[in-house]
Amino acid sequence: MSVLETKGLTMRFGGLTAVLDFNLTLEEGELVGLIGPNGSGKTTVFNMITGFYEPTEGKIILDGREITGLRPDQVASLGIARIFQNSRLFREQAVLDNVLIGHHLRLRSSPFSAVLRLPGYTREEKQAHEEAMTLLEGLGLADVVGEIAGSLPYGLQRKLEVARALATRPSLLLLDEPATGMSTEETTEMMDFILKVRDDFQLTILLIEHHMRVVMGICERMVVLNYGKTIARGSPEEIQNNPEVIEAYLGADE
Amino acid sequence: MEKRKNLRRALSVVAVIGVMLFTVWAERHMDAFQVRLIHMWGIYVILVSSFNLIYGFTGQFSLAHAGLTAIGAYTVALLTLSPEAKQVSFMLAPPVWPISVVQWPFVPSLLLGGLLTAVVGFVIGAPALRVHGDYLLITTFGFSEIIRLLLCNVPGVCNGAMGLKGIPKNTNLAWVWGLAIITIFATKRLVDSSYGRALRCIREDEIAAEAVGVNLSFHKIMAFVFSSFFVGIAGGLLANLLGTVAPSTFKPDLSYAVITMAVLGGVQSLTGGVVAAGIYAITSELLRTIESPRQIFGINYPGMPGLRALTFAVLLLLLILFYRRGLMGATEFSWDSVFSRVQRLFGKAKSGGEEA
Repeated sequence: MSVLETKGLTMRFGGLTAVLDFNLTLEEGELVGLIGPNGSGKTTVFNMITGFYEPTEGKIILDGREITGLRPDQVASLGIARIFQNSRLFREQAVLDNVLIGHHLRLRSSPFSAVLRLPGYTREEKQAHEEAMTLLEGLGLADVVGEIAGSLPYGLQRKLEVARALATRPSLLLLDEPATGMSTEETTEMMDFILKVRDDFQLTILLIEHHMRVVMGICERMVVLNYGKTIARGSPEEIQNNPEVIEAYLGADE
Repeated sequence: MEKRKNLRRALSVVAVIGVMLFTVWAERHMDAFQVRLIHMWGIYVILVSSFNLIYGFTGQFSLAHAGLTAIGAYTVALLTLSPEAKQVSFMLAPPVWPISVVQWPFVPSLLLGGLLTAVVGFVIGAPALRVHGDYLLITTFGFSEIIRLLLCNVPGVCNGAMGLKGIPKNTNLAWVWGLAIITIFATKRLVDSSYGRALRCIREDEIAAEAVGVNLSFHKIMAFVFSSFFVGIAGGLLANLLGTVAPSTFKPDLSYAVITMAVLGGVQSLTGGVVAAGIYAITSELLRTIESPRQIFGINYPGMPGLRALTFAVLLLLLILFYRRGLMGATEFSWDSVFSRVQRLFGKAKSGGEEA
């Protein structure tokens, strides 16, 4: 069964159609790239899938269940995690807290039992701590658990954001330009990191990226948007040679 | 580590017992003026801690504190007043049933005052789900004023602008400080829990918080309800301390006072708030002198009512411009810092001894 399916997803802002009739099916374990020039509607697609925008038309189906119109926190608790284009870490808080917050959606104790530190709450919090530590160790962030997130080098901040997303235990991960502003080495590291994370956590990943090296290097399949319309889909090789894509990116030959 | 933890816990218990013993002693041996100051200090501590939860930790700027305090004060006043006293003091209209017949003991009254204020806090918190920043400020300010105007204009329930008199003076220092300590303890526990983490995340970035599964509505409302409960209790204590309540006690000035204290102490520091509340309680009494008429170097100074409020307004402006961190910023008093200070002191003495 497919993990995610979008049917005729359309987003209009007044007279502007940001995304038109977007159809995508993600199979379990796939790594699919979503590319297109600036302003082509990629992030809008992410915002619709994660519940930040309610699509004007169309349906979003996660694991056979329709999630169109749910709130972002509900979508998150159903298993879609996301990292943002511009880092949205909780910069003032410790690295560990940034990951622990990802566990909050599974907390079953009430605020009341949290204040009284009832055994149920204490157990849950302890378990969250242990799991967060394991996660951070697994991702090579164990050395910085106590640091303030905003003080980390950029590459680590991006990784931490992925770690925070993973802490919510997603089945689907949406990555919005994870390698933006990175050096060549950092980009290579990020590519390996994404592949490792996918295998270790059995994720399905939808990736927006401008670094063609990244997208071509790790994606199995790609979808290309231009002015909100899907203009091409296929393997990296097919996309590379598609005249419409070349035109969208480079402009048409005169 | 475990030993340290136990030591810290023991020291905290000793400190709490110390404070409670002091309140009992102070009640008997200090003069009325000083006792009054310590009372107000304790009540301010409750108000400022609950404000810190809303503003400092959750990032929701609310000006509703005055109105919420009024709800608590009036509830407790009406519950503790005897039916006879009500018949006498309700001049504009006879008290409506069941207010006309009810009389409760102090403790259940306080509890109900807190709960009722929490319900109102729920209503006031609701706009925080839709509006942010300055707009929330205006909305909560409006709510607070609505409450005050209702108090002025519903004579059968709260005797209009005349207010209520002859409220039994049940409040004593032990109650005030006991409840102040409970407020701080409960708030600190909440802030340090997973829920507190969620509140801080909301303060920092609502979109990111939502994306990691934090339900914004639930958490904001929870913070407002939690905070309002204690504000209501502070109001109840105030009513039973003063013996009279009137709508004029709960003008926006009270909300401004709470904000001034919170900023002075550091909006994310509960212990900073305690210190700031003390400073505020004392200075606001001392500054009374600048409002009263007197002779200065042979010149007649007629006295200027309202000068205190002006002074605090200027103080708040200066704080925000030049001292935004407040006394403690986001740090708390901790026994560990005391340990290290003591160690340093002894370390110095030791090395000094070696030199000699």
